[in-house]
Amino acid sequence: MFKYYGKYAPYLFLLPAGVVLLIFFFIPFFQTFGLSFFDYSSSIYNPQFIGWQNYTKLFHSAIFYKVLWNTFIYLFVAVPILAIFPLFLAILINQKIRGVTLYKILIYLPVIVSIVVAAIAFKWLYADQGILNYIVTSLGFKPIGWLTDPKYALYSVIIVTIWKGIGYYMIIYLAALMSVPKELYEACDIDGANFLTKHLTVTVPHIMPTIALVTTISAISAMKVFAEIYVMTKGGPLNSSKTIVYYIYERAFENLDLGFASAMAVVLLIIVMLFSLVNIFGFERNKYQI
Amino acid sequence: MIRKFIEKFTTHAILIFVSLLSIFPFIWLISTSLKGNSENIFAYPPQIIPADFTWANYSGVWDKVDFIRYFVNSMVVAGGTVLLNLVLSAMAGYPLARMEFKGKKITFFAILATIMIPFQAIMLPVYLITLKLHLVDSVNDIAGFIGLIMPFAVSAFGIFLMRQAFLGIPKEMEEAAIVDGCNVFQVFTKVLIPMVKPSLAVLAIFTFIGSWGEFLWPSIVLTKETMYTLPVGVNNLQGMFSSNWRFIAAGSILSTIPILIFFLAMQRYFISGENEGAVKG
Repeated sequence: MFKYYGKYAPYLFLLPAGVVLLIFFFIPFFQTFGLSFFDYSSSIYNPQFIGWQNYTKLFHSAIFYKVLWNTFIYLFVAVPILAIFPLFLAILINQKIRGVTLYKILIYLPVIVSIVVAAIAFKWLYADQGILNYIVTSLGFKPIGWLTDPKYALYSVIIVTIWKGIGYYMIIYLAALMSVPKELYEACDIDGANFLTKHLTVTVPHIMPTIALVTTISAISAMKVFAEIYVMTKGGPLNSSKTIVYYIYERAFENLDLGFASAMAVVLLIIVMLFSLVNIFGFERNKYQI
Repeated sequence: MIRKFIEKFTTHAILIFVSLLSIFPFIWLISTSLKGNSENIFAYPPQIIPADFTWANYSGVWDKVDFIRYFVNSMVVAGGTVLLNLVLSAMAGYPLARMEFKGKKITFFAILATIMIPFQAIMLPVYLITLKLHLVDSVNDIAGFIGLIMPFAVSAFGIFLMRQAFLGIPKEMEEAAIVDGCNVFQVFTKVLIPMVKPSLAVLAIFTFIGSWGEFLWPSIVLTKETMYTLPVGVNNLQGMFSSNWRFIAAGSILSTIPILIFFLAMQRYFISGENEGAVKG
């Protein structure tokens, strides 16, 4: 093909997006590292260079380990459920049955509704004298402090994240299921294989890349949870439901300790970038054609 | 035959159960929002159908909270974000798909790298930069809107989506246009853009949903209640009506109606599975 464009045309087309990405992505990216070497806590207008002190403070603070631990519990609980249960649903929906569209719409609904509304709805379910405690007490147990007991608060919030993600991952799995050859299932039926063997021997090996993809993207989004915690618990009680992003928010915008919060942000950045690298180069090569 | 029937029955039973779980939190919220003051909303056993049915909570919360304002603010922010994403992504995707130039590889990987950077990790400097540029609502409303929009004005996802779309167009289209006397900008606007409309639609819809639900950034930058977007306004209901759950429920449901209509109208884009992975996390 002949070159019909001038020497500068490519750069002109890239310029607007480039400017936005420079100002709102690349500069802040490097600034995050820069800020983490300054102390803002004594004066926000006159930050002092303090070297690695924010990091030493961070690595000696008990809350940091609590927050990190909470975030990993989030991963360990939410990610396996979000990787497996939506696949099971997708397999069920991917049959010639009535009402498929309706099921899909209803199960997808939590995905599009604002996380704030979802969190409020669950806060109402979790109320001390709420409907969930009615079920718990009528089964003969003591009422649970879903959001007020440090033992349960984190898990109550995780449930909201899972509930809101199921439909999204189900649709991703449904798309992947279309690529599994039908003949393989027919062969299974002739052999008289049951539901479990059929899908463990045919479906799962076939869509392994999608399972891996769902695992990493749900892990990345679990690392970034904020709104659920902000609306439902504010990280409490006793930091029991505080995760990395909420802690960054709190230190930066409530305590105005920007340097310390940035050190925390660097930790988040490193973890998410590791997950993303696995994701992009492992499972999404086709999407970006690299 | 019987085995087939049992299989179908179990499938439907499970799917109905999961569907109910998916919508139950909303059902319960709607139920609460329709209960009058004489009905105990903490009654055991809980009543789904309101005994003292009323619309009063809706009119009550409507009178005290300026939902129209929140809605308009959300529309301005989501509309602006969508528009900028369409223009900037299409412009950036074009040379990446169709032109040879110095630094193409580096540009490509730099854009790819932004996918790995979570907004939550860089939001502090983004906030400081937004303050420095005076793009906050304390300056004036327009500056406030620009500040809400700019950090999300373009995304790597959008650029790659558009690049992919341009890659799918046969090169003869451009050649014919050049022979007809078009310059590079006319090729872009008159020939290429009309051919990537389906991708633009996908980008518009998913950017809209993402922007509409955004909570973290507006709750950081907004200072004036008149600038609140719907999610921020709805969160604020909790403080306004402390334990008046009838009003909080009614307000939450009201705020959900617009996006619900949008979803039902556009549902095939969301549930067809063709656009997998399009919503930002």
